[in-house]
Amino acid sequence: MNIVVLVKQVPDTYSERKLSSGDHTLDRDATDAVLDEIDERAVESALQLKEANDGSEVTVVAMGPDRATDAIRKALSMGADKAVHLSDEAIHGTDAIGTAKALVKVLGTLEGTDLVLAGNEASDGRTGAVPAMVAELLGLPSLTHARELTVDGGTVTVRRETDDGVTVLTAELPAVVSVNEKINEPRYPSFKGIMAAKKKPVTTLTLADAGIEPSDVGLSAAWSTVTESNPKPPKSGGEKVEDEGDGGSKIAAFLVGQKLI
Amino acid sequence: MAVDRLLPTQEAEDLLDLTRDLADKELATRVEEHERAETYPEGLFATLGAAGLLGLPYPEEFGGGAQPYEVYLQVLEELAARWAAVAVATSVHGLACFPVATFGTDAQKERWLPELLGGGVVGGYSLSEPQAGSDAAALTCKAVAEEAGYRVTGTKAWITHGGRADFYALFARTGERISCFLAPGQVEGLSFGKPEEKMGLHAIPTTTAHWDGALLETDRLLGAEGQGLQIAFSALDSGRLGIAACATGLAQAALDAAVDYANERTTFGKKIVDHQGLGFLLADMAAAVDSARATYLDAARRRDLGRPYSRQASVAKLVATDAAMKVTTDAVQVFGGYGYTRDFPVERYMREAKIMQIFEGTNQIQRLVISRGLAR
Repeated sequence: MNIVVLVKQVPDTYSERKLSSGDHTLDRDATDAVLDEIDERAVESALQLKEANDGSEVTVVAMGPDRATDAIRKALSMGADKAVHLSDEAIHGTDAIGTAKALVKVLGTLEGTDLVLAGNEASDGRTGAVPAMVAELLGLPSLTHARELTVDGGTVTVRRETDDGVTVLTAELPAVVSVNEKINEPRYPSFKGIMAAKKKPVTTLTLADAGIEPSDVGLSAAWSTVTESNPKPPKSGGEKVEDEGDGGSKIAAFLVGQKLI
Repeated sequence: MAVDRLLPTQEAEDLLDLTRDLADKELATRVEEHERAETYPEGLFATLGAAGLLGLPYPEEFGGGAQPYEVYLQVLEELAARWAAVAVATSVHGLACFPVATFGTDAQKERWLPELLGGGVVGGYSLSEPQAGSDAAALTCKAVAEEAGYRVTGTKAWITHGGRADFYALFARTGERISCFLAPGQVEGLSFGKPEEKMGLHAIPTTTAHWDGALLETDRLLGAEGQGLQIAFSALDSGRLGIAACATGLAQAALDAAVDYANERTTFGKKIVDHQGLGFLLADMAAAVDSARATYLDAARRRDLGRPYSRQASVAKLVATDAAMKVTTDAVQVFGGYGYTRDFPVERYMREAKIMQIFEGTNQIQRLVISRGLAR
């Protein structure tokens, strides 16, 4: 089975994330960058499938600036076999649709893909739409938000979990599956894995190499524009409620006002 | 804050990144629970083994990480900064692998090393006896040769990971002299005492072992018959460096906790770090941690270059463990009354530091080793 995992390098979740003052895109230089945790789980799923199916190969696909190679290396050191990195200055500021179009072109450079895996939502942009868009553009079944994943012969089955409940979905391969944070606990890379990862092949592609139209990607092609951004205001003192026998109702009214209940 | 380390290679940088990540997630999150409840961290050593951290200083061809001591010891230090008991047990495992890796025949290495270095298997070191600690040559446990192998009878003591380890480097008397064996963790005629009730390092048991005529196959003898003490002492030179690194990590953790607290807590209208009385105490603690690290790294680099390092290993063990005792005690002082409670980790650090001045050669024995090197 040929498995492709879509991974993204994101700012460390534990760091303070900022938008750059110029074009209001994510300021990637201001923070430590890591392989998104949800993508570690997608890689783990791929590795488990590989271990259960002899002769399988796991390919990591990433789109991002040069330093995204660190995230790729992490996935390779966990045990993925090879990687493709779309790295081109012109992709800066690409939105979810442009990202999906570009990833589909990159996927087109790989032959015989049976399963495309991804995290269900990156921890930076949080659009949570790219896996479904990729499936749509490829004309493949889309099985998103999987908390369990099994492949039996040519059939993939997932337990899809969302706020609306749990659904069991099956589809014929090839298909696109996105996983949620309950799918597994990702393994640590081993020291040997880290050493071996340095020797694994990473293909770096430009837009032209992948046959991507420059007009489909970048900030100028994005369907939405951020015109202004401000840092979150500091925490205020909050609101004090005097309990005059109606404290419970006042708290409930406050929570309703905040759209929390 | 991460220690700013000088590391020789990118490979070593990557290894330390892996260690910190794993230690933050697997050790720091579990240490309080297990040290308080005195329960064994099931599965943790398998995780360390799978990540390749149990065979770092040994050759790649047998499943080791082929890392110089300079790097391996800094890994131990990072582990110890999160969980001293686990770091000590990891160091002891390295010590237990030493006799077969260094004195084993090719056949013995091929048979055992891959499992010991990369199989998630844990080893213990069994030299001491109730009446023979510093005076190791006074040990009485006997291994009597017979046709099928060696029959072992006697009592061993102070075994880190006792009853839990998968194998032991065992030292026993064969006639007049002492020999070294690679003993299995379970064999008929071998039983273990109830875990000692220790001041610290609660999560990993320390026990006695009772050998009641257990039979070890002939090929479990490491080196020549009678070579045991030489093997034991050369292993201990390396083991002392491991303990020096563990003590340094423990001291670093205590310093970090004290510095964080001193930058938060205010008295008389300012942070306590800004009171010179406390600031100078913290400065002395930082100086002690830095000099402990510098001292063990000097010994490690000598070892890595193949130069004599026995004296430097003893100096490192002495300096680093005394530093750990001082720094952890002063960390409790920085926290004041809070430091004496179990609400903060410095109380545990102080208890954990004490044993480091005692095991793998008391600091008096280290002074003996050093002074013998000075006598003409």
